[in-house]
Amino acid sequence: MKKLALLAGTALAFAIGAVSGAAAADKLKACWVYTGPIGDFGYSYQHDQGRLAVEKALGDKVETAYVENVTEGPDAERVFERFAREGCGIVFGTSFGFMDAELKVAKKFPDVKFEHATGYKSAPNMGLYNARFYEGRYILGQIAAKESKKALAGYIVSFPIPEVVMGINAFMLGAQSINPDFKVKIVWVNSWFDPGKEADAAKALFDQGADIIVQHTDSTAAIQVAEERGLKGFGQSSDMIKFAPKAQMTAIVDDWGPHYIKAVQAVLDGTWKADDVWEGIKDGTVHMAEYANMADDTKKLAEETQAKIVGGWNPFTGPIVDQDGKERYAAGVVAPDGDLLGMNWYVKGVDDKLPQ
Amino acid sequence: MLEAILLTVVTAATPLLLAAIGELVVEKSGVLNLGVEGMMVMGAVAGFAVTITTGSPFLGVLGGAVAGVLVSLIFAFVTLTLVANQVASGLALTLFGLGLSGLIGESFVGQPGIKLQSLYIPGLTDLPFVGKLLFGQDILVYLSFASVFGVSWFLNRTRGGLILRAVGDNHASAHALGYPVIGVRYLAVMFGGAMAGLGGAYMSVAYTPLWVENMTAGRGWIALALVVFASWLPWRAVFGAYLFGTVTVLQFHAQALGIGFPSQFLSMLPYLATIVVLVAISGNRRATLFNTPASLGKPFVPDR
Repeated sequence: MKKLALLAGTALAFAIGAVSGAAAADKLKACWVYTGPIGDFGYSYQHDQGRLAVEKALGDKVETAYVENVTEGPDAERVFERFAREGCGIVFGTSFGFMDAELKVAKKFPDVKFEHATGYKSAPNMGLYNARFYEGRYILGQIAAKESKKALAGYIVSFPIPEVVMGINAFMLGAQSINPDFKVKIVWVNSWFDPGKEADAAKALFDQGADIIVQHTDSTAAIQVAEERGLKGFGQSSDMIKFAPKAQMTAIVDDWGPHYIKAVQAVLDGTWKADDVWEGIKDGTVHMAEYANMADDTKKLAEETQAKIVGGWNPFTGPIVDQDGKERYAAGVVAPDGDLLGMNWYVKGVDDKLPQ
Repeated sequence: MLEAILLTVVTAATPLLLAAIGELVVEKSGVLNLGVEGMMVMGAVAGFAVTITTGSPFLGVLGGAVAGVLVSLIFAFVTLTLVANQVASGLALTLFGLGLSGLIGESFVGQPGIKLQSLYIPGLTDLPFVGKLLFGQDILVYLSFASVFGVSWFLNRTRGGLILRAVGDNHASAHALGYPVIGVRYLAVMFGGAMAGLGGAYMSVAYTPLWVENMTAGRGWIALALVVFASWLPWRAVFGAYLFGTVTVLQFHAQALGIGFPSQFLSMLPYLATIVVLVAISGNRRATLFNTPASLGKPFVPDR
């Protein structure tokens, strides 16, 4: 099935190439490779919103192209190569699993610029970009601790990768900064995307007494369950307020637009260089949806924390003690980015075991 | 707590049961349609689209069934009229359904759906414990059970059911006796399409009122497996669907309770439990063989 999707994707790339071949040569062509369908209303959807933002901001100076549903791994190489041959000035690989394929093609086409999201391998013509979602999760933790009547949140998660673990830890650090006894129940659904399972997990967590739901999965199912039960929760990736007008307190929105505009503009100006950017709330890459459905003082607190983070404060600032009581960072010490990107331990107070 | 768990189990099991009952009838007629997932996802997108456009979840559910029938007709035409390979055609139907539903659904992504309301009978629904469970479900849950009754009665107690089983067991003999083999199979495949469409619509209208690509997430395949699990007996399909749903929901509860098992193992449990029970109940091989449609998956060309 994935092969077929790739074939379709490649065919699409052909079609796009054919259309754009006629376009004026002085236009910069910017190209995107997505791992999911742009209709997922989650990760790939948000990347595509970023592409549209580029079109809107830079107008007729650029033309854009994309291929969706590209299988991660070696197969992706063909899609990157096609884009490189078709005269794309800059190619964005938006998923972790494209890393090696993109790097290989980048080395083959030194004149084409590449950027890869959430990875760690780079080249003189291949830069890296990522978003500090954990900043938002710290704020969610504070809101949850203020708003939960039972000092208990339910947390639906996909896979035990550093990004997810980092999120759980940031959430708990935020919650504990308000209530040191705050508890979280964690349920792994072992899927990024299965609305049915996400809904079942949310129901199970609510049935066990949680009154706030947090998710690190992509669909709107969980927050819709919260809405139905008159309880609260947070949106993920996209602003889901339409799905839960009474339940969504805020959402961590991936807003790749600012970065994409900056990168494409830099190519146009001739100032682009392979960078390693990890942007957060300050840069607008992580965007908090409107604070709603919460007490005024909670909202004020959330806004203050957000301002503090914009001012340069890092939620992973010590003292931070891990699950076993070992001090990982002394008071005042900020966890280095490298540690965060490889995080495989829980902070104190998380009642769950990480599969090792 | 038990009531809450049971309520969640019902929603998890219903789409599986609907699709499985449909496929059971298809297979009883001797046709193997592996396109259940594709028909389900088409039902999901059509159900959602009609619901949003008309504002009526009932019409949406109907739309889901119609979409399922339409897609199943493609399969029927290719495999029954053109006598193409059923396995390959079924797989192709799944791929086709996933692609087409994504295309149709593109403009519906990110729109909140309208949820199919649950039944409310004053007095009965308010009864403690059993009230919501028995009298507070949505119409598709009752329909799923009605279809089990109906199919069971049809297959075992009616002349039509006898003909269908005859066609599935030995199409040459059935043909020799003057029964319209192809016609019967067309009807069976359409019934399967309608039920899979309903199962899909249940996902996008009742279970999680939203549309996103590929939202059935493999449930069509589980429904297919349930038919074999049930050894083509409708009541066993109910048992299988509810067993699968129960273990799925219970493992989430186990995780939330912090039992401490690795979550990957717990995610595996529904499948494991189903396989274990399958092995246990298929101990009687003669009975299992007796229920298996002997012409399953074999193409039929009349004048040969």
